[in-house]
Amino acid sequence: METDQLIRMLAADSAHRARPVGLVLAMALLVAAPVSVAMFFMGLGVRPDMMSAMHNPFFDLKFAVALGLALSAITVSLHLSRPEASLRGWGWLLLIPAGLLVGGLAAEMMLPQRLPMMTRLMGSNSRVCLTAIPVISLPLLAAALIGLRHGAPTRPAITGAIAGLASAGLAATLYAAHCTDDSPMFVATWYTIATALVAGIGAVLGAKVLRF
Amino acid sequence: MREHEVEWTDLMRSAIAGDGAAYHRLLKAITPVLRAAARRGLARAGQPVDQSEDIVQDVLLAVHLKRHTWDSSAPFAPWLFAIARNKLIDALRRRGRRVFVDIDEFAETLAGEPVVETPAQTEVAFQLQSLPARQREILQSIAVESSSIKATAAKFGMTEGAVRVALHRGLASLTARLREQ
Repeated sequence: METDQLIRMLAADSAHRARPVGLVLAMALLVAAPVSVAMFFMGLGVRPDMMSAMHNPFFDLKFAVALGLALSAITVSLHLSRPEASLRGWGWLLLIPAGLLVGGLAAEMMLPQRLPMMTRLMGSNSRVCLTAIPVISLPLLAAALIGLRHGAPTRPAITGAIAGLASAGLAATLYAAHCTDDSPMFVATWYTIATALVAGIGAVLGAKVLRF
Repeated sequence: MREHEVEWTDLMRSAIAGDGAAYHRLLKAITPVLRAAARRGLARAGQPVDQSEDIVQDVLLAVHLKRHTWDSSAPFAPWLFAIARNKLIDALRRRGRRVFVDIDEFAETLAGEPVVETPAQTEVAFQLQSLPARQREILQSIAVESSSIKATAAKFGMTEGAVRVALHRGLASLTARLREQ
């Protein structure tokens, strides 16, 4: 086929309007969220002392870090869904949740603690944390990838990894309500390993499905 | 910034605002630039330049189907060239031989070769044959016979809306098939 003929076809289709990537991503995440929430309530559920835990700033910090990660990663992934985009100028957004966590670690160091450091770091839920966050994040990761496929990311593996961060952040937001380990040291260790795992899965999947 | 790049940005803005003629002009205007870039890229990688038209068509399809990712407050050229670069790398990778040869070695042989214009059978033409019959007929009616949407609708006894849907789906599945091969 001659290129002029192809151009004629494309021009004839010029009235077609695609939805913005952000809208498609939001819709996909909204469809997947109830699935992850259902998985959370069926498999784990909220911890029994939820009400009193809310008075513990370290408990609240888990949500701030996890939600902060989700929101900044969603923003960065949306940026990367444009072909000419790079991480430059945007990657620092991902430092916000990391900074919150470092602040928590510093506060924990300065405050007197009842339990020895290693006990707080190891906690009692590390294995659940390492399984629950990746498993709960899977529907959200699938949704994020479907949404971003609507874009045109020229760095599919990196974009997939960021989608992994976003879904792990959302999953960790749910999981934090179950987990009785509130020490920032526990969060910095196990939440981070679980999140890195999801980011890795996202990178592998993204390299395959995000190419356009 | 070069003058034609400003012009492209203006044309694309008009196109997004619904000016089909501006869109047609823009696609015509970027094609020779894309063709030259594709040839240069293929030559630099030590690949025969006769497949450059496949890359050009691949880029045009991507520009069309992904134009909603262009930010209309930004210049058009960087967006376009990012897509073109991506498609060139894809094409080289698909051939499995990403050998980068010094362009000087090829400059002489290249200069001596006759310039082949559009080859008769591009990958798009090949994939077009694998589309469902009605979709293919609609695409061909518009592309080859340069019929309007209206005339095509009358010819096949369809509504204009149905022709538009079939055309867009046809273009989307053409692109999907090119990616899968």
